[in-house]
Amino acid sequence: MLSQIPLSYFLVVSTLMFFIGIYGFLTRKNLITILMAIELILNSVNINFVAFNRYLYPDQLQGHFFSLFIIAVAAAEAAVAIAIIISVYRQYFNIDVERVDTMKY
Amino acid sequence: MIDFGYTIWIPLIPFFMFLILGLFGGKMKPMISGYLGTLGLLVTTVLSFFAAYQYFFQRTGEEAFEKIIASNTVWLNITDKLHIDVGVMLDPISVMMLIVVSTVSFMVHIYSLGYMKGDFGFSRFYSFLSLFSFSMYSLVVATNLFQMYMCWELVGVSSYLLISFYYEKPSAVLAGKKAFIVTRFADLGFLIGILILSYISGTFDFEELTNPEGAMISQGTALTFMGFSAISVALTLIFIGGAGKSAMFPLHIWLPDAMEGPTPVSALIHAATMVVAGVFLVARLFPLYYLGAPDVLTIVAYVGGFTSLFAAIIACTQLDIKRVLAFSTMSQIGYMMLALGVSGYGDHDGLGFMASMFHLFTHAMFKALLFLGAGAIIHSVHSNMMTDMGGLRKYLPITHITFLIACLTIAGIPPFSGFFSKDEILVAAFHHDKVLFFIEWAVAGITAFYMFRLYFVVFWGKETHYHHTPHESPLTMTIPLMILALASIFSGFIPFNELVTSDGHGFHIHTEWAIAIPSILVGIVGIAVAWIFYKKESGIPAKLAASLKLLYVGSFNKFYIDELYMFITKKIIFNRISAPIAWFDRHVVDASMNGIAWVTNSISDQIKELQSGQLQKYGYVFISGVILLTFAFVYLWFN
Amino acid sequence: MSIHELMFYLFSGMILLFSVLTVTSRRILRAATYLLFVLISTAGIYFMLNYQFLAAVQLTLYAGGIVVLIIFSILLTSHITHKFEPIGIKKMVFTIVAVAAGAILTITTVLNYGFNTVVASSQNPDMQLIGGSLLGYGRDGYALPFEVISVLLLAAIFGSIVIAKKEKSK
Repeated sequence: MLSQIPLSYFLVVSTLMFFIGIYGFLTRKNLITILMAIELILNSVNINFVAFNRYLYPDQLQGHFFSLFIIAVAAAEAAVAIAIIISVYRQYFNIDVERVDTMKY
Repeated sequence: MIDFGYTIWIPLIPFFMFLILGLFGGKMKPMISGYLGTLGLLVTTVLSFFAAYQYFFQRTGEEAFEKIIASNTVWLNITDKLHIDVGVMLDPISVMMLIVVSTVSFMVHIYSLGYMKGDFGFSRFYSFLSLFSFSMYSLVVATNLFQMYMCWELVGVSSYLLISFYYEKPSAVLAGKKAFIVTRFADLGFLIGILILSYISGTFDFEELTNPEGAMISQGTALTFMGFSAISVALTLIFIGGAGKSAMFPLHIWLPDAMEGPTPVSALIHAATMVVAGVFLVARLFPLYYLGAPDVLTIVAYVGGFTSLFAAIIACTQLDIKRVLAFSTMSQIGYMMLALGVSGYGDHDGLGFMASMFHLFTHAMFKALLFLGAGAIIHSVHSNMMTDMGGLRKYLPITHITFLIACLTIAGIPPFSGFFSKDEILVAAFHHDKVLFFIEWAVAGITAFYMFRLYFVVFWGKETHYHHTPHESPLTMTIPLMILALASIFSGFIPFNELVTSDGHGFHIHTEWAIAIPSILVGIVGIAVAWIFYKKESGIPAKLAASLKLLYVGSFNKFYIDELYMFITKKIIFNRISAPIAWFDRHVVDASMNGIAWVTNSISDQIKELQSGQLQKYGYVFISGVILLTFAFVYLWFN
Repeated sequence: MSIHELMFYLFSGMILLFSVLTVTSRRILRAATYLLFVLISTAGIYFMLNYQFLAAVQLTLYAGGIVVLIIFSILLTSHITHKFEPIGIKKMVFTIVAVAAGAILTITTVLNYGFNTVVASSQNPDMQLIGGSLLGYGRDGYALPFEVISVLLLAAIFGSIVIAKKEKSK
């Protein structure tokens, strides 16, 4: 049954996924892959919420709904981010994050 | 009492004219600004003459001429007691100076209408002339030392502006700078003198300072400084200021170079008015000099005497006519200084004072005439050099006659005015100091010689072929010449002994023929020598120059005073003293400041790099920070 | 090893493997595909935890919607054949150090913390309960966040249209 798997296993998985996402966020140059890394991060958080809900407060639904809302927010975020990326692409003809540095100094 | 309140307009009208011409002159037609400036000065001249008439001839009773404060305003309150005023004070010498300044200035204004016609910067010229007139009027009517000092600097500035009027000519710019720096250097002495005087007396006011019974004189002599009484030190310093302005040896080097300015300017500033400001200053403080520090007056007398001889010798060899006149000016101012130096105070003792003022007046007239005449010659020949001239009497009849009158006047031939004033000076010198008398007597002869050398070379001498025939100047230029010629002839009959005296009381004089006849004779001898040498072309001057080679070369090179100055300033002060200081300043003081700035700059350059605009760098730093903080909180803080 | 454990290890392994591939692949379209696999495996985890509705939402919205959106934008902005430059070794090492430190820190903290797990029947919240809670405004009601999210989505739609719209040439 479920009790055979401790809660911390889920948390370890989500932690690893979170930091893999951060690694992607910090190393990838393409704005879209950075967006994907952010999706990874959000997803790892979702796993956390769901696991906490199931293991700690099984008779309530806060974690469940939080994940639901996060998915909705992620969808909105992805839409706006992609709009921005396309706009940047029109401006600079590439979406390399290192070249979009007009705001420096 | 007559109300002299209107005299405030005498300085103010030229001032407003300066503002108008300075601000809007560029937009006017040049001639209009010239007429406007001349009109303003005409009004001022009328006012000056009216004020002089009222002051001298409408006084009540027969008592002495007093100092009248026509208007006065406190301008700066330093302490309750010590304050700087601006105002108008009328006394015999200031009223006389008003006449001198307005006459010469008005003549020069009219003359310049012709002389400067078509020149670049015509309205600028007139605005500067107005500025100068304003400053000079305010200087002569100053109620206190500080106002005088301010106007003193103002005339220095206008002199600078007018000398370098042709600012495209490097020599004019250099001459302007030289004049400004040399007089400014002398003015430092003046300023320190003012400070010492005001420290002793607690006032700048002339009335209090020069009151013979005032506390000033006794207090000043009581206080000593390095073995000299404080008042002597102060008055010596003030005299240095006056010597700088009046081109006394050894501060004279700027005056010959100042001839780079337009000729009317030389006539107005460097012959008739500004350069006599030093004489005026000593005369203004005369009671203080005489009663407080008679030793200083001896210095004044000898400096004046030496300068007059020195300049007269140089004038004999110069070839530039304006320079001859410049050295002649120095020589004549030397006369005035000497007369002040040998003068006593009160009644007939004050003969030297009276003679000095008298000579100042007549000199202003005939020297302005000489300069304007020289201007007319230059205008028609287009050269300053005597070698380019000769036989001009046929072409320039009016200039010739007026120039001759002026030369006779300066040579001291009766009945021209120069005779009377110079004679009084010689009398005063004779009764005071025989050495000075003989110097001045000789100088009178030399003066006659070099003036007639100039006259004969220019108007007689060899026939010169001109590219285009010289022609007489327009009326605007010849009328001032004629008016000034009349003034040169007749101003000798003005009874200065009744009007302008050291203590305000008139006294009687009589011509001492024992002194007058030798002085006339020496003048005639000078003229005769010049006649022989220069009437026709002759080899005598060249032979003489060869036999007196040392004297001739020295005189021709102005006795190397300029070179001496250059040696002292450049070789000694600049190279030996200033250069190491500059090195220290640049390599130690500046370098340490630059080092600090450089360190700051490079650090901020490094810091700036942090803000690279690279999103991922920010993210990296942010996440590392969060991890470190989390670590710190979880494992270090709570355990 | 029970079926649950097997499923857990399978899904976790897939999640970690594909996550790593997502952030390291040098071809962007492949990265997007790996991301899709990660999201599907996550949905599997949700199924395993007995949250069918959430898993369904994950599949449709995330895997179906967002990944498709991302793929479209990839097609708009990149060449399919384009391969990324390899990451600079210095940058990679530094990032790996920081990320590993963070991961170790978090994992040790998690493992050291004693959670009060409640062993209860893992029931699946049915659709009626979820719908009632979403629209309920009493206790256990989520009407307010629901409305806020709807406004947010509306704003996001407007915002993305405005941002991505071509500027009028003047």
